[in-house]
Amino acid sequence: MSANASLVRRARWRWPEALVWVIAFGLLFLPPGKHLLLNEIAILALFALSLDLILGYAGIISLGHAAFFGLGAYAAGLMCKHVTPDPLAGLVVATLLAAMMGLLTSLLVLRGSDLTRLMVTLGVALVLHEIANALSRWTGGADGLQGMVVGPLLGRFDFDLYGRTAYAYSLTALFILFLAARRIVHSLFGLSLMAIRRNRLRAAALGVPVNRRLVAVYALSAAYAGAAGALLAQTTAYVSLEVLEFGRSADVLLALIIGGAGWLYGGLAGAVIFKVLQDTLSAGAPQFWMFWMGLFLVVLALVGRDRLFRLVRR
Amino acid sequence: MSAVLETLGLGKRFGGIVATDNVSFRLERGARHALIGPNGAGKTTFVNLLTGVLPPSSGRVLLAGEDITRLKPEARVRRGLVRTFQINQLFADLTPLETLSIAVDERLGQGADWRRRVGAHADVPREVAAVAERFGLSDVLDARTDTLPYGKQRLLEIAVAFACAPQVLLLDEPAAGVPESERRGILEAIAALPSEVAVLLIEHDMDLVFHFATRISVLVDGALFAEGDPATIAADPKVRAVYLGEGGHG
Amino acid sequence: MATILFDGVAYGMLLFVLACGLAVTLGLMNFVNLAHGAFAMAGGYVVVILMDRWGVPFLACLPAAFIVAAMLGLLLERTLYRHMYSRTHLDQVLFSIGLVFIAVAATDYFLGSSQRNITLPSWLQGRKEILGVNVGIYRSFIIVLCGALALGLQLGLMRTRFGSRLRAAVDDARVARGLGIPVGKVFAVTFAVGSGLAGLGGALGTELLGIDPQFPLRFMIYFLIVVAVGGTSGIMGPFLASLLLGVADVAGKYYLSSALGGFVIYVVLIAVLVFRPHGLFARSR
Ligand SMILES: Nc1ncnc2c1ncn2[C@@H]1O[C@H](COP(=O)(O)OP(=O)(O)OP(=O)(O)O)[C@@H](O)[C@H]1O
Ligand SMILES: [Mg+2]
Repeated sequence: MSANASLVRRARWRWPEALVWVIAFGLLFLPPGKHLLLNEIAILALFALSLDLILGYAGIISLGHAAFFGLGAYAAGLMCKHVTPDPLAGLVVATLLAAMMGLLTSLLVLRGSDLTRLMVTLGVALVLHEIANALSRWTGGADGLQGMVVGPLLGRFDFDLYGRTAYAYSLTALFILFLAARRIVHSLFGLSLMAIRRNRLRAAALGVPVNRRLVAVYALSAAYAGAAGALLAQTTAYVSLEVLEFGRSADVLLALIIGGAGWLYGGLAGAVIFKVLQDTLSAGAPQFWMFWMGLFLVVLALVGRDRLFRLVRR
Repeated sequence: MSAVLETLGLGKRFGGIVATDNVSFRLERGARHALIGPNGAGKTTFVNLLTGVLPPSSGRVLLAGEDITRLKPEARVRRGLVRTFQINQLFADLTPLETLSIAVDERLGQGADWRRRVGAHADVPREVAAVAERFGLSDVLDARTDTLPYGKQRLLEIAVAFACAPQVLLLDEPAAGVPESERRGILEAIAALPSEVAVLLIEHDMDLVFHFATRISVLVDGALFAEGDPATIAADPKVRAVYLGEGGHG
Repeated sequence: MATILFDGVAYGMLLFVLACGLAVTLGLMNFVNLAHGAFAMAGGYVVVILMDRWGVPFLACLPAAFIVAAMLGLLLERTLYRHMYSRTHLDQVLFSIGLVFIAVAATDYFLGSSQRNITLPSWLQGRKEILGVNVGIYRSFIIVLCGALALGLQLGLMRTRFGSRLRAAVDDARVARGLGIPVGKVFAVTFAVGSGLAGLGGALGTELLGIDPQFPLRFMIYFLIVVAVGGTSGIMGPFLASLLLGVADVAGKYYLSSALGGFVIYVVLIAVLVFRPHGLFARSR
């Protein structure tokens, strides 16, 4: 967003950034009540961050990012039920599996135009949805994966009813992965991604191996999405087909767009606004939330994303 | 002398249009070679075929004797076949420093390094500084590219290509659209390119062409029409009729 | 076997009428309109309301569904859509998802979230033995009607002045304007007709597919498949794609489980997109 600042300056830590994290961790000490919501925010933020890596930094539009989120969720759920209740082990396995899936499907996604990409990503998510539905013996099908008993974090901290442990867990994961993402986008690798997003032809003429970079960032993004899915599964002890549905992919796209793509904090800001609004608006009737969301999107698209954000920033 | 770049029966058609017609062409090591031809003759298409932006409909491309017809653009760049663009293809909101860094990093094989930060101001990588110096860009390294005067942007196009350490440099109308006042800088930069780099210059400005080139090829309707040293080409009545007569500067 | 084929063809024909508007806007005009299903839903609810509340006969509801959806399309095109033609695909996606959300929420709020069905007039109910194949009468009705529509559209696009203007406008809007073609109007009418047809499809499909507020989301992928597989060089491609999809869907759900049936379809979609990005039936360029 602050594109005119040089990259070098962009990479430096500023105090508002630190403040964001201090507050986020400070909220852990809130009296019980809001931690379940905060946990959801942290998870959506991680998911949106993952989408930002491909949309904001590499220019790949996806309508099916839920594919990796859902895969991570089911992987974590099944790990917990059949292998080990330890959440960290589940998180790692889910992340790796999602990364592998990203690696595989990147080959499909890299071909063709924006338009085919939209449909291929959507199609991949739908295929996974159908598979999850068909393998109901494993996934519980439409009833969802039940009976997960998640073990204590680090063998010590039990997941409580109020979600404090859950929030601490999700936020820490988000923080660590955020730091890694921050490092990556400001690295030489990140710089070459910026080149690719701006002009592929030019990037290739500079010697940047475009496809290989895109495969790498797509797999990375998938890994992040998988981690977010795993966090959701573990902190709610439940996985349903809904993790793979189009609505999930749309939600994360919205969250990211609200916060602004391409500056890492967009996903975080978007997740906060999205969840808080959702929480408030759907308290009345669930349709309200959807209606306002829709209206917001229409206005956003009509006015133009750049212009709207410039107005807001003033 | 041996050819560093060679095409064998290279052809490209767009639907009904034959943009490149059975071109067999040689570029010698360290050459100063110009490619001229009327608008729409297929010069840019030829460059696109050489650099792998477009796949040819027929024929082959050899770089230092090796068949590169099926290599991707970036793989050709890594082997030293580099081009500039007739229309600026620069990253408007990045700085020359960043743009040049990308080229240098890629060449040094560290473009995939995700741990190393992009160089801080104090230690601008030496190579980037050297390239910037050579093309008179040192004082604008930190400005947004789209704020540079057009002549500087054209210089950056060439500088970026140069940063890829070419053995063959394809310059597609490097001075096109540059106002007279800024032209000199570009001409000097081109004249000062190291002699071991083979240069293929595409240009409509005949002064520049005849100053620079020791060999000239003429492309008409996608086909090689004539080739020879400048004196021969200038004297060729066919060339005069087809090309020079048609409103060229010469 | 023959019955499944027959049902599949009927379903496919229906899909074609539902999706052909999108085949033009997305396929020809290159506009990503994920809200296309909302117009179909509007048509469906027109039928439900007219029949349930006012006892209007089914046949009279069909033109009404077409007209309401077409008017809605025209209105939205003139006020909103036309500003979006030149935007990026991401903006178009956001815009049309937004419209879907509004449509879904509003429908849900005013008409309730449950699935609505209609009772067909008795002469359209039941099955008959034709040439040894047991066919549903309503499905035959759909095949005949939609087949006629497809034929009419093909002729309209290829033979009429409007058709050639549309093709010129889609090919290169600037050149078309230079030739004196009112590009904006041509697009608006096209959009309205496409929306109207979707509405008609929704009306016809109420009995077979059921109608509920989630309809636009539920069928979005099917419409996209028709366009993606059918390609962008006319409406014969989407027509064949619809038939293929209809048959594959019915057969897949019959012979495999319903989940695996869906699976097969999506895999085919991805394969087509990856290996024949211009559509299965497009002439290679
Ligand atoms: N991608 C393309 N698709 C279709 N036709 C093309 C394409 N690229 C070039 N052409 C056609 O090929 C021919 C050669 O074009 P090209 O740009 O190579 O000419 P040029 O010699 O570089 O012209 P100029 O001196 O104006 O730069 C032209 O007729 C052009 O219209
Ligand atoms: Mg040219």
